[in-house]
Amino acid sequence: MAWLSLLADYTMRNVVLGSALLGAVSGALGCFAVLRRQGLLGDTLAHAALPGIALAYLLTGQRALPVLLAGAALSGWLGTAALIYLSRATRIKEDSALGIVLSVSFAVGVVLLTFINRQPQARAVGLERFLLGQAAALTADQVELMALLSAGVLIVLVLGYKEFALLAFDAPFAASLGWNTTALSLLLTTLIVITVVVGLQAVGVVLMASLLIAPAVAARQWTDRLHLMVWLAAAFGAISGVMGAWLSASDRGIPTGPVVVLVLSAITVVSLVVRRVRAWLARRAAKGEAER
Amino acid sequence: MSALLVVLLTGVLTAIACALPGSFLMLRRLAMLSDAISHAILPGIVLGYFLAKGPNFALGLLGAASVAILTVGLIELLQDVSNVAGESAIGIVFPAMFALGVLTISRYYANVHLDTDAVLFGNIEFAPFESLWVGEHHLGPQSLWVTGGLALLNALFVGLLYKELQLATFDPALAATSGFSPRLLHYALMAVVAVTSVAAFTAVGSILVVAFMIVPAATAYLLTDDLRRMLVLAAGCGVASAVIGFVLALALDASVAGAMASASGLLFVTAALFSPSHGLLARARQLRRQRLEFATETLLLHLRYHETLPGEEHELEVAHLSNELRWTPRFAQRVIAHAQRSGLVQRTNGHLALTEAGRAVAEHLSARTGAGLERARA
Repeated sequence: MAWLSLLADYTMRNVVLGSALLGAVSGALGCFAVLRRQGLLGDTLAHAALPGIALAYLLTGQRALPVLLAGAALSGWLGTAALIYLSRATRIKEDSALGIVLSVSFAVGVVLLTFINRQPQARAVGLERFLLGQAAALTADQVELMALLSAGVLIVLVLGYKEFALLAFDAPFAASLGWNTTALSLLLTTLIVITVVVGLQAVGVVLMASLLIAPAVAARQWTDRLHLMVWLAAAFGAISGVMGAWLSASDRGIPTGPVVVLVLSAITVVSLVVRRVRAWLARRAAKGEAER
Repeated sequence: MSALLVVLLTGVLTAIACALPGSFLMLRRLAMLSDAISHAILPGIVLGYFLAKGPNFALGLLGAASVAILTVGLIELLQDVSNVAGESAIGIVFPAMFALGVLTISRYYANVHLDTDAVLFGNIEFAPFESLWVGEHHLGPQSLWVTGGLALLNALFVGLLYKELQLATFDPALAATSGFSPRLLHYALMAVVAVTSVAAFTAVGSILVVAFMIVPAATAYLLTDDLRRMLVLAAGCGVASAVIGFVLALALDASVAGAMASASGLLFVTAALFSPSHGLLARARQLRRQRLEFATETLLLHLRYHETLPGEEHELEVAHLSNELRWTPRFAQRVIAHAQRSGLVQRTNGHLALTEAGRAVAEHLSARTGAGLERARA
């Protein structure tokens, strides 16, 4: 079994496990984001996390992953808050607010990164790896941290499944039941923030959006039931994580993130086509039935 | 021309070129499309590089522009043929394209002049060193020609099609009945956005393109309701961001493109807070005033009702108001002070009484609310 020997390799095991985990969690969570029409929130969030990473390094002088991720989570969360506030309190529409928060916070991040890189003592901090991701460089404790955070996200998702489902399909009804929908959607956003932050160093800022959206859209083509959709999306995410890690490991020059995204895109395209074909077959069968 | 001046001018011209189509993108709620396009064109640039077997501006532009149009088409196709919502369609298409570009670069062009950093951050710092040659003639920095031409082209586009763009943006239904195709115009706008993104992006990088398309336009949108004024203001905000960012970048020795985009964010936040018409402070002040005015009217009605009834003099006491109308004592004081200042109410040893003017206003209000109630009952 060739692929089993891959798992025996230390680096490879980390990369495969990390990517699979990330794919599964973001796939499952992405269903709720996509159903709530917040697909691009992940994209903006990922960009908003960048200045946090740079600031965390500048303020603490440390490059330990937990410190950087804490900074990323904090600034991603602040970015979301700014986003919601902008589209509610001013006349700026949601898509513009997304674009503004995304481009400005990313620009601030780039200014900080270039500033850090031009400090003499900090030549090789390697914060750039968050831009495009470097799953191939994942170490065992980083995967452990990812696993821990992902497990936390999954537990909250399972516990709050019913509430999140109602929030996704009929938020006004949820509010009329007396639920605190603001707190609920804040919780869901916080879960997305954690997932994005976990994914940053594996696939990078730019490609994170795809990991949340594509599995959910692909899964949506196969079923109309939410729990099936969530399971399928998680599976699609995990499969593309493993495939991406495996394909990119076969050649050192290929970064993992883009491969994961391309595998995911292929799955999505196939799902979309299959849905069309099934719909066409069903229509034909119905027509034949009617003629008979 | 000094090298620094070339960098600054490139930034300024890019700002103008982006602000014009960007304003329409923002008004048509397509802001995120500029983000998608600026990322998706990467494989197009690689394709141009591949076809020319080296860096070639014209082929890169052509490749990227065609990929940009393809991206817009793909996004619309996804929205049309499936149950995929608009923003999800965007989020599927552009990462796939970008991934394809990154992959090709790292696979085949790992050591050439096409690194991914340049794509994201841009090389505006190098703008002075790439010159445009026509035969033997040296025509100065290429970036100035490109961004200048772009600014002129976009100004022409907006200037010539102003009426059509305005109508198609604010009333697409009417536009469709007035004998020109809003769909055609939409694709023309997309083509302009694509060409602008591509050409500007080789000069300044993708972040700055997105920021310059959306942020100055949004800043202008907070300052005015007039489309013409908004376009001018958007270009102005872009130019100001370029200048401020340039100074900032020199001071911090940081990325010029990043600093210019950050400066545009700074201007936006300032407008969001302090805009006299749509700023957060102005709105808060307006809300406060409306609340005070409404409370004053309530006070007048309350006084008018109770002054006619015998034995209810205590209802006119200041202290009683907070209980009766559920106002905090401080708010009650503010309302009374406002009413006194307006000459509607006078205060004699702890009792409030309507003035002549106050009674007239109260009569009018009561007639109005009375009529309203009648209508509601019927």
